[in-house]
Amino acid sequence: MIPFQYTRASDVADAIKQIATDPSAKFIAGGTNLLDLIKYDVAAPTRLIDISRLPLRDVEQTATGGLLIGALVPNTDLAYHPLIEERYPLVSRSILAGASQQLRNMASTGGNLVQRTRCFYFYDATTPCNKRQPDSGCSAISGINRGNAILGTSESCIATHPSDMCVALAALEATVHVTGPAGKRTIAIADFHRLPSNTPHQDNNLEPDEIITAIELPPKGFSTNYSYLKIRDRLSYAFALVSVAAALELDGDTIKEARLALGGVAHKPWRNTAAEAALLGQRADAGAFAKAADILLHGAKGFGHNDFKIGLARRAIIRTLDQAARGTPQSISDKKVR
Amino acid sequence: MTQSGITSATGRLAAVPEKIALTLNVNGKRVELRVAPWTTLLDALRDHLDLTGTKKGCDHGQCGACTVLVAGRRINSCLTLAAMQEGNEITTIEGLARDGELHPLQQAFIDHDAFQCGYCTSGQICSAAGLIREGRAKTPDEIRELMSGNICRCGAYPNIVAAIQQAMERS
Repeated sequence: MIPFQYTRASDVADAIKQIATDPSAKFIAGGTNLLDLIKYDVAAPTRLIDISRLPLRDVEQTATGGLLIGALVPNTDLAYHPLIEERYPLVSRSILAGASQQLRNMASTGGNLVQRTRCFYFYDATTPCNKRQPDSGCSAISGINRGNAILGTSESCIATHPSDMCVALAALEATVHVTGPAGKRTIAIADFHRLPSNTPHQDNNLEPDEIITAIELPPKGFSTNYSYLKIRDRLSYAFALVSVAAALELDGDTIKEARLALGGVAHKPWRNTAAEAALLGQRADAGAFAKAADILLHGAKGFGHNDFKIGLARRAIIRTLDQAARGTPQSISDKKVR
Repeated sequence: MTQSGITSATGRLAAVPEKIALTLNVNGKRVELRVAPWTTLLDALRDHLDLTGTKKGCDHGQCGACTVLVAGRRINSCLTLAAMQEGNEITTIEGLARDGELHPLQQAFIDHDAFQCGYCTSGQICSAAGLIREGRAKTPDEIRELMSGNICRCGAYPNIVAAIQQAMERS
């Protein structure tokens, strides 16, 4: 690894102060993505500011009936938290669909949001990549792009956001709490991650001198009719080719409310409110689900190796909505198709 | 300039960051060491403390060979800095046996012939110790899912699952 300095932040204010004085410094919490990026010469901070000991590890109920999750709650602790398992099982299932238990034990909730793409070319510092080195070109568009995006792409970048948890957060309309030199602010999860456009080096709208302190979940958790389905090249411990978070509120078999978000297909968790709106008032059946899938995938574009994702996403959406409607969410450990 | 250092992008010599003094608690023993800030816990264990039972496989958190327990929780020691673990209780494969008796998982791996080359084994066993402590896996499917962070390229998986089941039943 390249040499860097190591310091600890004593509190959130100190963390912000430290990063403001050293623009080439980075915060480290779980470290599972950042240290990997440093080893691959993709990130080259001169200093790591360890924020892992800051007191941001609580999960608290909010006055409005939601949940405030400290940014440093490890992924495992969040997935198994009784309130998450009971009220937001979609969040629990999505977390457990990602990484391995060792990584989930280390990785933080806040860090999960700001992890970087796993596009092969982003990780290979010997190849052009606009995300890693602005204006150097995109190797994936004409390269091996099996894992890359089909929605919201640009001529500059077809990388995907790798998180599973963020797909559930998008479906549930979570809010990101951040603190910077100017004070605190909140960012809706839909506005947190960016599309690549011609600035793919910017993954999200967090300012370099801001720190994520918490994630807020609204009261509604869709704990009865939900499912998270992740399709990947092996059954566990692999990034999504396509993943779907579906949540429904039903009146009999009529859809009263619907949430639908996809992972593995875009530069951000992909939610399409028009597809959700098309489900309202419909009978929860394959016909309605297919219509929503077609709306969501309208304009989807493959780049050769990932063309299959369009058809795969369509079928995955239909299946996940069906699982949600039946109240039979995808099992974490039993992946057999019945 | 006589100061040793590395050349920065501006051509100036930047001072190499100083080593830092750390106290770790490894296998029940308090150890003090001086390491460069970028030393991973894995490298600290192997190169500074001579605890080579923890293996470096991929060094990128993809294989699980470097799995150790920190306060009883399994982590990839290649993806954390030694400095970040200051004061924490770390258990490696060398710390599992007690009073000359193998840990039940070590015995179970022998009973079930749960390895061939053995390179992944210390990570598998530490990971399984974490798994049993978590208490989330009951069925073979659940063991496989929650052990998916440990790769065995010899393909000893069926015997690994059987060994973990045996240790789980006896714990």
